[in-house]
Amino acid sequence: MRSKFAIAALAAAGLAVLSTACSSGNGFGSSSASSAAAATPNKSALTLMFGSSGTAETAAVQQAAKAFTKQSGIPVQVIAASNLTQQVAQGFSGGTPPNVFYLDPLTFQNYAKDGVLDAYPSTLPNSSDFASALSQAFTYKSTFTCEPKDASTLALYVNTTDWQQAGLGAPPSNWSQLEADAKKLTTGGRAGLTIDQTHSGIDEFLYQNGGTVTNAAGTKVELDSSQNVAALTFLKGMLNQGIMKFPSQVGAGFSGQAFGENKAAMDIIGNWENGELESDYPNVKFKVYPLPAGPSGTHATLSFTNCWGVPKQQSNLAGAVDLVKFLTTSQQEMTFSKAFGVIPSLNTAQAQYVKTYPQYATFVQELAYAHPDIAIAGSTQALSAFDSALQQLGSGNPASILKTAQQNLQAVINQGA
Amino acid sequence: MTVLARQDGRTDPPAAGGIRARRPLFTARGREAVAGWLMSAPVIVLLLVFLVAPIAMAAWVSVSDWNGIGSPFASGVHAVGGRNYAALLTQPGLPQQQLGESLRNNLYYVIIVVPVQTALALGLALIVSRKRLAGRGFFRTSYYFPSMTSSVAVSILFLYIFGTAGVLNAIIGDLGGQGPNWLDDPNGVLHIVLSGLGVTTAPGALANHGFLGVSWWDWLAGPSVAMIAIIALAIWTTAGTFMLIFLPAIYAIPSDITEAATMDGANAWQRFRRITLPMLRPALFLVLTLGLISTWQVFDQIYLMSQGNPAGTTLTPAFLSYLTSFQDQQWGQGAAIAFILFALIVVLTIAQRLIISERRAGRAS
Repeated sequence: MRSKFAIAALAAAGLAVLSTACSSGNGFGSSSASSAAAATPNKSALTLMFGSSGTAETAAVQQAAKAFTKQSGIPVQVIAASNLTQQVAQGFSGGTPPNVFYLDPLTFQNYAKDGVLDAYPSTLPNSSDFASALSQAFTYKSTFTCEPKDASTLALYVNTTDWQQAGLGAPPSNWSQLEADAKKLTTGGRAGLTIDQTHSGIDEFLYQNGGTVTNAAGTKVELDSSQNVAALTFLKGMLNQGIMKFPSQVGAGFSGQAFGENKAAMDIIGNWENGELESDYPNVKFKVYPLPAGPSGTHATLSFTNCWGVPKQQSNLAGAVDLVKFLTTSQQEMTFSKAFGVIPSLNTAQAQYVKTYPQYATFVQELAYAHPDIAIAGSTQALSAFDSALQQLGSGNPASILKTAQQNLQAVINQGA
Repeated sequence: MTVLARQDGRTDPPAAGGIRARRPLFTARGREAVAGWLMSAPVIVLLLVFLVAPIAMAAWVSVSDWNGIGSPFASGVHAVGGRNYAALLTQPGLPQQQLGESLRNNLYYVIIVVPVQTALALGLALIVSRKRLAGRGFFRTSYYFPSMTSSVAVSILFLYIFGTAGVLNAIIGDLGGQGPNWLDDPNGVLHIVLSGLGVTTAPGALANHGFLGVSWWDWLAGPSVAMIAIIALAIWTTAGTFMLIFLPAIYAIPSDITEAATMDGANAWQRFRRITLPMLRPALFLVLTLGLISTWQVFDQIYLMSQGNPAGTTLTPAFLSYLTSFQDQQWGQGAAIAFILFALIVVLTIAQRLIISERRAGRAS
C-alpha cells in the first residue's frame, strides 16, 4: 500500500515537473515569434538548411551566404543536412524550423496543406520570371508559394560512338523511330535503351501519348486511362524484345550508370547525368537530344525542381525573404550553375545558361512542354508502391499496374481532403 | 517533522511498539524506505522524462491528427479516436497492405535470425570455452569484433559484398555459377523454390484470400533475396554479442558434474544435451528474449542498406513507422504503427516466457 502510494506521488511529481518544463521551454511550445514581429526588419541570424549534392554545392552555398551577410549585415548559418526532409520536419515539430531551406515539390505539398509556408513570391520582383512547369510545382490552391531554385528536365542521351557504329543518322523524333533505333543499337552485351524504373523515369511516356497523371486541379487521379495503358504497353514491348532494359537488369543502380558503363546506348535521364558522366565516365562520348514525340506528335517531358522554402512562423521572416531574393538573382543562379552544374530557374538566367552551355540547350528548350513530376501531399509510399509495380513491368499487366496506383493515389488525396 | 519523529522513535519505551507499527514510515525500516525512494528519485525522474513521457506523448499522437507542426498538445490538435489504427488494421488500402507486408518481411527475418544467431552464438561460445583451444583470447575478440563495429560501417561493407559485381558474386562466378542481383531482387525465396518445382502461379484459394491486405500466397513468399542479405548481416553482427552472454554461463557450470557424467559413460553429445543445455537455460532465455525484441525492431540496417526496397520486400514495421511519419507527415499513423509493433512484441515475449517456464515446470515434476 505504502509503496504504491509513494510511486504514485513520485509519478505525479515527475509529471508536474515535466509539464512545467514543456510549457515553459521552447522545446514543444508553439513559437513565440509572430509574423507581425517578423515583418519589422531585424538583424537576427538566419539558418539556411539544404541537402547537398557534394562539396562543390556546399562551398557555393556557403559563399553565397557569406556574400549576403556582407551586403545585409545579417549572419547566416549554413547547414548541409544529411537527411533534409527529416531534419526540417524535426525543426517544424520543435517550433524552430530553419529560416530558409531547400524544399522538394512533394514535401512542399505537405507543408502548404498545413499552411506553414510564407507565400513570399508575390513580394519579389522576379516572381513572373519562371517557366510555368516550375512555378506550377510550387503553386498551392492557385497561390505561387515558393520560388524554384533550379530546373531539370529529362532528355535523350545518346552514346555517339555506339550511334556511329550502328550507322544511324538523325536522332529519333517519334516512338517508332526510338524503337527502331533501339533495336539497331542492341548487341549481345548492350541494350539499345535504358530508362529508370520509377514513375519519375517513365511518366513522360504517358504525357507523350496524350495521357496525364492527375486533373489540372490535382483533385482526381487520372492514371488508368487507355492512353496510359497504351504507353506502358509500348514500354513493355521494348522490354520484352530486350531492346530496352531497366538498370537493375544490367546490374546498375540507376539508368545513368548503365549508360556510363555502356550497358545501354541510349538513356532517358535528367541533366544531373552530366556531372555523373564528367566525374565517373569521362571517356564516354555523348550527345543530348529532345525526347521523341508520341504517336500523335505530342511532345512532353518531366521537370524536376526544388524551391527555397520559407516558414511563416520564424524569427526573421523579412531577413529570410531578403536572403531568397539575393539567391534568386540571375547572377547568383549562374554562379551556382557554374559551380555545380544545375540549370538556373529564372528565364533570364536560362538565356545566359544556353549561351554558356549550348550543348545543354535541349534541357531548357524542353521546359516549354514539361510537366512537373507527380507531387501529392502524403503520397511518398503510394508512389513507391507504384515504382515497385513498374519495376515488374516486363512481366506485369500495364492496366492493373495503373489501376492499383490510381486507387492508392486517389485514396491519399481523399484522405487529405 | 521527520526529525521529531526520529527522536520519538529513539526515546520511546518498548511499550509504544504498537503505535510504531501503525506508523511504519517512522520506523527504522520506514526511514530506509524513504531514503531508498530519495536515492532512486533522480533515476525515476529521468525515466519519467525520457521514457514514460515520450511514450505517453507518442500514445497521444497515435490517436490525434497532429501534423508535425509545433506541439502535439497545442490547441489545433484534435483527438480522432481509433482512426489511425483503423486505417492500418481494418480498412483495406495501401496503409494496411504495407503494414501487412512489413509484418511479413519482419516475421521471416525473425524466424531465421533468432534461431540461427542463437545456435551460432552457443556454438561459438562452446568452441571458445574449450580449455585446450590455443589462442582463445584471439578467437573471443575476433568473434566479438562485428558487434563492436559501428552498424553503419558493417552495412556499407555488406553493400560491397552483396553488390551485383560484389565479392560474393565474384566468388560464385569463379565457381561457375551466376549470383543474383542480391539487393535488387524482390523475389521471395520460397516462391523461387516453388517456381523451381514448377509452381509459378498461385492456387486460387491462396491468391484470393489474405490477411492485412496481403494474399496468403504473398504471405508464403518467404524472405526476398534482398532480405536474405540483410539477414546474413544481422546474424554476423549479433552472434558475437550473444556468445558473450553464453560464455560466463558455460564457465559457471561446475566441472565436477561434467566429470561425473563422463565417469558414468556419457559421450560428448549426451553431456551437451543433458547437462550443458539445461544449465544454460537462463542464458538461453535471455538471448532468445533479447533477440526476439531486437529483431522485431530492426531499423538501422534497413535504413542504410535498402530503405525498404526492392518492391517493399525489406520494409519493416519500424522503418514503415519512420517513413509514414517523416516522409508522408502522417504522424498519427506512424505512431500507431509503433504501438502495434509494441503490442506484438509484448505478446510474443509473454508467450515465449510462458512456453519456457511451462517446459521448466514440466521437467521439474
